[in-house]
Amino acid sequence: MDIRTWTFLIVGLSFVLYIGIAIYCRAGSTKEFYVAGGGVHPIVNGMATAADWMSAASFISMAGLISFMGYDGAVYLMGWTGGYVLLALCLAPYLRKFGKFTVPDFIGDRYYSQTARTVAVICAIFVSFTYVAGQMRGVGVVFSRFLEVDITTGVLLGMAIVFFYAVLGGMKGITYTQVAQYCVLMMAYLVPAIFISIMVTGHVIPQFGFGATLADGSGVHLLDKLDGLSAELGFAAYTSGTKSTIDVLFITAALMVGTAGLPHVIVRFFTVPKVKDARKSAGWALIFIAVLYTTAPAVAGFARLNMINTINGADSQGTEYSEAPTWVTNWEKTGLIGWEDKNEDGRMFYSGDERNEMHIDRDIMVLANPEIADLPAWVIALVAAGGVAAALSTSAGLLLVISTSISHDLLKRNLMPNISDKMELRYARSAAAVAVCIAGYLGINPPGFVAQVVAFAFGLAASSFFPAIILGIFYKRMNKYGAITGMVSGLLFTATYIVYFKFINPAASVPENWWFGVSPEGIGTLGMIVNFAVAAVVCHLTPPPPQDVQDMVESIRYPQGAGEAQVH
Amino acid sequence: MAFHSKELAKAYWRENVKLLLSLLFIWALVSFGFGILLVDALNQIQFFGFKLGFWFAQQGAIYTFVVLIFVYVYKMNRLDEKYDVQED
Repeated sequence: MDIRTWTFLIVGLSFVLYIGIAIYCRAGSTKEFYVAGGGVHPIVNGMATAADWMSAASFISMAGLISFMGYDGAVYLMGWTGGYVLLALCLAPYLRKFGKFTVPDFIGDRYYSQTARTVAVICAIFVSFTYVAGQMRGVGVVFSRFLEVDITTGVLLGMAIVFFYAVLGGMKGITYTQVAQYCVLMMAYLVPAIFISIMVTGHVIPQFGFGATLADGSGVHLLDKLDGLSAELGFAAYTSGTKSTIDVLFITAALMVGTAGLPHVIVRFFTVPKVKDARKSAGWALIFIAVLYTTAPAVAGFARLNMINTINGADSQGTEYSEAPTWVTNWEKTGLIGWEDKNEDGRMFYSGDERNEMHIDRDIMVLANPEIADLPAWVIALVAAGGVAAALSTSAGLLLVISTSISHDLLKRNLMPNISDKMELRYARSAAAVAVCIAGYLGINPPGFVAQVVAFAFGLAASSFFPAIILGIFYKRMNKYGAITGMVSGLLFTATYIVYFKFINPAASVPENWWFGVSPEGIGTLGMIVNFAVAAVVCHLTPPPPQDVQDMVESIRYPQGAGEAQVH
Repeated sequence: MAFHSKELAKAYWRENVKLLLSLLFIWALVSFGFGILLVDALNQIQFFGFKLGFWFAQQGAIYTFVVLIFVYVYKMNRLDEKYDVQED
């Protein structure tokens, strides 16, 4: 069977599985819709959280980015995992004990203010839409490459599936579907990684193969070989990278804190039965995530070596274009690989200096990897199914945050407090439906700034939500004035910096112009510090919070009496 | 008040914060310390075919994070029982 038939078969089977689960687990009440009834086992919840977290970007783009960035890729590896330590230790157990449905709920109640709640709702919706547009695009790219349908058809198909199970099943349906999606996407990531690790180094486990010697009998370590090739071809050494230390530090911190502040991740810890389970669940989530995140740098290393070897040839003289491997010509059709014969010798050559003749898009590394290594057709189809699973699971989680924000935080808690549970559920479903359509539209007509706004989403979460929640739990004296001014100033500071360097004057975005050498990707860390500082000062100039709020803070600090998530 | 006295509530919280800070110290040490600030010094050391600083940045920090969370879960459960504030 050829790749296309295999892809139809495997992706089709995975869709049948997701829909089957959704029908079996549909939601009957708002509580089931928002937090899956609060009865999800911590390991199951951990797996669902992992699938929710690992998006099309983690699955498709991350290893490719690392393979071009070398050491600097560590900002994503540490940044997107380290946040879970903050979540588990500083947020999840307390928010679970607090026992409501959403992050704006906490902000609104803790800071006894509708203004604070509204600011939080707007941030949550903005962050989630930013994210979901990228996911839909990911579905489109995978479909168009492997099923050879156009991107619009791909996005519409993805929308239909997500619509079906997110609108019907709510959090309950999503949770169990995500468990299935986790299994699909992990298999799709690990199978080719293991194949390639064996081919390149002879090790079955990619994490070991990454540090091992090459299987070609030369006795050279993979990483030394990559450093050598980089020097020869005019790139920075693979194990040292090009970013300044301070920038690496700030980006890593911004991604960590941003992760811990993302509403679609936090809401996950409302779904487990106990405080104890919330702590444990974060640990399981990180284990499931770590499997992919420790494999990714290995995949990046193997892919780089394989790519350079096939393009430049074993003797580093370049490969004749007429003998180019099929993956080059296949991806050339999508415009993601380009070759320009500058010295007119008919050979392709890839390097970091003026000899370079290739244009290679970073996003293709994971998807093209099995083709580069000549793996069987079913492996390539599996990777396609994995990419779709990653994109769908994350979109579903985000759509749920959007619909909850609208039906619960905006309508029920703000505009129409008297609606019944049934009505609220109906509003939640309609909001999810509208959100799917907007997300699909953004996927088909992506605004040019999708890539740039990802930095925005993390910076926003880091500079607004995270300090407000941390102070709310660990600093009883924090009042609404401090929290609101802190959030607003952190937000404005971060937003101004990013908007200036990403939209108004992108040409000026070079290390010489950055404050303290911090790039827009890392500015969320400074924004967070601004938020903390402003909040502390303002809080001491204004009256302390009322006694009942202080009592509430007291009560979320120990687990006893957590009960299930409350419907107010 | 679920604690038997106000003093016990304070003592529980103090122990909790102390545990948090010591675990967060290790968290920062392996990532910001070994993986970023001290990376060049540690790269002089070879570790199973990796430069040690590079290994921490792309592998070791992540393994440590996982261990940290489970240590926290274990210690907190013990602490809850010590002060009799665990869930039923």
